[in-house]
Amino acid sequence: MHILSSILFIALTVAGFGFFAVNAKKIYRNIKLGQPVNRTDRSSERFKNMLLVAFGQKKMFTRPIPALLHFAIYAAFMITQIELIEIFIDGIFGTHRIFKEPLGGFYTFMISLIEVMSVAALTATIFFLSRRNLLKLPRLNMKELLGWPKKDANLILMMEIVLVLCIFTMNGTDEVLYNIGKSHFTGQGSFNFTISQFIGPTVFGSLSEGTLHILERVGWWGHFIMVLTFLNYLYFSKHLHILLAFPNTYFANLNPLGQFNNLESVTNEVKLMMDPNADPFAAPAVDENAVPAKFGAQDVMDLNQVQLLNAYSCTECGRCTSSCPANITGKKLSPRLIMMKTRDRLEEVGKNIDANKGTFVEDGKTLLNDYITPEELWACTTCNACVEECPIEISPLSIIMDMRRFLVMEQSAAPMELNTMMTNIENNGAPWQYNQMDRLNWKDEN
Amino acid sequence: MSESLVVPTMAEMMARGEQPEVLFWVGCSGSFDDRAKKITKAFVRILNRANVKFAVLGSEEGCTGDPAKRAGNEFLFQMQAMMNIQVFDGYEVKKIVTACPHCFNTIKNEYPGLGGTYEVVHHTEFLKSLLDDGRLTIEGGQFKGKRITFHDPCYLGRANKIYEAPRDLIQKLDAELVEMKRSKANGLCCGAGGAQMFKEPEKGNKDVNMERTDDALEVKPQIIAAGCPFCNTMLTDGVKFNHKEGEVQVLDVAELIANAQDL
Ligand code: SF4
Ligand code: SF4
Repeated sequence: MHILSSILFIALTVAGFGFFAVNAKKIYRNIKLGQPVNRTDRSSERFKNMLLVAFGQKKMFTRPIPALLHFAIYAAFMITQIELIEIFIDGIFGTHRIFKEPLGGFYTFMISLIEVMSVAALTATIFFLSRRNLLKLPRLNMKELLGWPKKDANLILMMEIVLVLCIFTMNGTDEVLYNIGKSHFTGQGSFNFTISQFIGPTVFGSLSEGTLHILERVGWWGHFIMVLTFLNYLYFSKHLHILLAFPNTYFANLNPLGQFNNLESVTNEVKLMMDPNADPFAAPAVDENAVPAKFGAQDVMDLNQVQLLNAYSCTECGRCTSSCPANITGKKLSPRLIMMKTRDRLEEVGKNIDANKGTFVEDGKTLLNDYITPEELWACTTCNACVEECPIEISPLSIIMDMRRFLVMEQSAAPMELNTMMTNIENNGAPWQYNQMDRLNWKDEN
Repeated sequence: MSESLVVPTMAEMMARGEQPEVLFWVGCSGSFDDRAKKITKAFVRILNRANVKFAVLGSEEGCTGDPAKRAGNEFLFQMQAMMNIQVFDGYEVKKIVTACPHCFNTIKNEYPGLGGTYEVVHHTEFLKSLLDDGRLTIEGGQFKGKRITFHDPCYLGRANKIYEAPRDLIQKLDAELVEMKRSKANGLCCGAGGAQMFKEPEKGNKDVNMERTDDALEVKPQIIAAGCPFCNTMLTDGVKFNHKEGEVQVLDVAELIANAQDL
């Protein structure tokens, strides 16, 4: 019996982690489709940023109530992982609560802490579910979330509830069994876990020993299977953020938000143009590490790797969109949707590569136009509100800018008034039609 | 308003063999926009009063390239930037002050990557340093007790984390500084940035500057203070649209200081 369950346990573990590894590799490969970007400098600053923003959830706390509730789930999640180690050992070797003996009082403390956090997480989960489905918070009920994103958000909350129920079923029934000396753990008494020592006898006290044993196993296996399910569900979900928030904040932009990157490929050309000694007819030097001869971004491969990591990390919380002036005033732009569409397109490209034995075969689609329209892009005021708001330091703005660059430099597809503005700058050094020689006229005007 | 402005150019200073303490970068708006020119002049009056040795570039100044860059035209931006950097370096410029957060941000953050590194300060920071050093003194004067709200320009606030200098100045006027519900890092854009100033907005149900003006009017200010010529225009339009121009003034922080001094 115990051999059988050990085998089953090991098989499930290998399958669960194996499947996860396959998908994790896919994500890694997809992110690598982007352009390289140097974000390995200033490592101590980066590490600090990651600790504060991802681990410490610094930016979440601009909205204290959801932050506390989110923190409860997050902390419960982290702490439950400790118990998981025990589950693995017990599962493989057919032992029961292997850590209880060696850890003694600390074990009681640890499991009690898990129980307390689980209750907090359960409260938070119920609050979040009702906020999403009953309170109709605008940012969580926009059209753009209809369909899978909404289901995704609700599903994960339900899984959360199931997981917590499993923990209490497991501990509660085991408590009753231990009271009567029938637990798989030898001896008799109470485990003294803060919550299950009470709810165990209350809820399960009247059940027969056989039923208790079955329920105990149901809770234990349920917990374990839930964890594996959750792990593998991540790939399909906005909940990838629980893993990717860490690298995402590590590689986040540390420069002032107003500082937009200067395209190096452009710098080289401009230098050439401005150099009076340059021979305009000379063949351009061959660049060994030639960047694709494209200015700006038309598709996901033109974006950089951090932007693609951003797309996988986005939690679809919509804080960016709810602070976006364009969105607030009813324009089509939604920074959250920019991130969601980027991820959708990246997934599509990934599937294309999988289906074509490792190479991407043109599918006649691009991120620009097929997913993100110029109308959305031109509505952005580059105000950085979205970047400031994002709890994991994603920059929808950087994607918007790179796509505008493509529109303007590759397709000359700027709105007409912007073309006028640019012509003016080119000709008179000002966005309006004034003569550069008149720049100081204000001095003598009244 | 009687004394005439003293506005030396870099070329004149150079001819005299002098180097100014700071270059005043006027910017396109400050040079050509009628409303913004008043801000430029108010700032110059303060500089004159505080005996700051400054100079402007005059006809040697050209757009920083900010609107071109935000529109996506990196070529045009870099051309402008390199031309300006050549001029700065020709005059051995070390320190630049400007009343435009867009110019400020671009020269400060984006020029260094193209070879132009300078100390760049926004005029609100510069004014504050003049006060701190005792080179300028202000008394509340006509603004004592007035309700003033400050609109954070995105390119000063969020983009460069400058929130306190303009507020400190307003408080120095003995005015009552009231905050809008969206302020500082959560401030709402005026709608002009990212080259939006130069085009019609996309279809929506409201213009951004109207939304922002509503934020401001909600706190019932007598004055809406701004630190950016573009924000100033956007908010002025919004106030006019609400027919409140009789009750609510939109003024740049430099104008507040200059007016308090009767300059
Ligand atoms: S930067 Fe653009 S997308 Fe982001 S909040 Fe501002 S207007 Fe919206
Ligand atoms: S980009 Fe950031 S703020 Fe916007 S939805 Fe994604 S996680 Fe939330």
